[in-house]
Amino acid sequence: METFASSASSLSISSEPHVLAVDDNLVDRKLVEKLLKKSSCKVTTAEDGLRALEYLGLGAHHDSSTNSNGSKVNMIITDYCMPGMTGYELLKKIKESSIMKDVPVVIVSSENIPTRINQCMEEGAQIFMLKPLKHSDVERLRCQITQC
Amino acid sequence: MEVGQLQRSFIEYMSSLFNEGFLDAQFSQLQQLQDESNPDFVVEVVSLFFEDSERLLNDLTMALDQPNVDFKQVDAHVHQLKGSSSSVGAQRVKNCCVPFRSVCEEKNTEACLRCLQQIKQEYLLVKNKLQTLFELEQQIVAAGGAIPMMQ
Repeated sequence: METFASSASSLSISSEPHVLAVDDNLVDRKLVEKLLKKSSCKVTTAEDGLRALEYLGLGAHHDSSTNSNGSKVNMIITDYCMPGMTGYELLKKIKESSIMKDVPVVIVSSENIPTRINQCMEEGAQIFMLKPLKHSDVERLRCQITQC
Repeated sequence: MEVGQLQRSFIEYMSSLFNEGFLDAQFSQLQQLQDESNPDFVVEVVSLFFEDSERLLNDLTMALDQPNVDFKQVDAHVHQLKGSSSSVGAQRVKNCCVPFRSVCEEKNTEACLRCLQQIKQEYLLVKNKLQTLFELEQQIVAAGGAIPMMQ
């Protein structure tokens, strides 16, 4: 079963990577969704960390019979500053999980704070980027995950 | 008005918005993202920005009207407003947010109220300008023309 799921997800990377984008700001969610679609990615958006975890099957109520999307997701992009669970806390939860820990997590922030950046990189973030994201930023990310 | 004239007015108007600092390069990014699969993208994003901003400006007004102002809450709202305005390229609104966050940190209600007043003015200005721009676009399309791409 697990082997089938992982080979299915590696087949999907070459066609359209599936990205989960997490941001509490409505305008930014719309923008990141468009940027990702422009770069030929499938996009799912979430407005906070809790919903993101639930989508990935890592939520409080997850069990093996729940429909989890974790194995379909090839990359997670999350805003740092979010009420409730920050992007950093979300990153930690993802890295702690056995199914999601190898999925690249990108942290985006409007603020260029070195201690914040170091903290995220040390916790295993793929890359830290400044908002607002540009088309060239997203193209670069896509190349990284599809190794083109 | 004939199409050529409309298109020239559009280009002039758009240029003035950039020259006067109402819009910055991020707005151009939005325009570049618009394509046949999503021909109303810019209008859609800007509409979200209008909705979001008006809600935040209301929240800010209420928050600063409290006997005991919750400055953390005020700062959170300004942070959101700074984010959205930055994402659509509404430069002057974004720039107003910077001093606002400073006076918030100082817990200076009077100064916050002045900043709020300024942001409201800048917001109404840019909203007006963008609506005019969109109307010009509609006129061009109605006259059978194509909307000029700006550099």
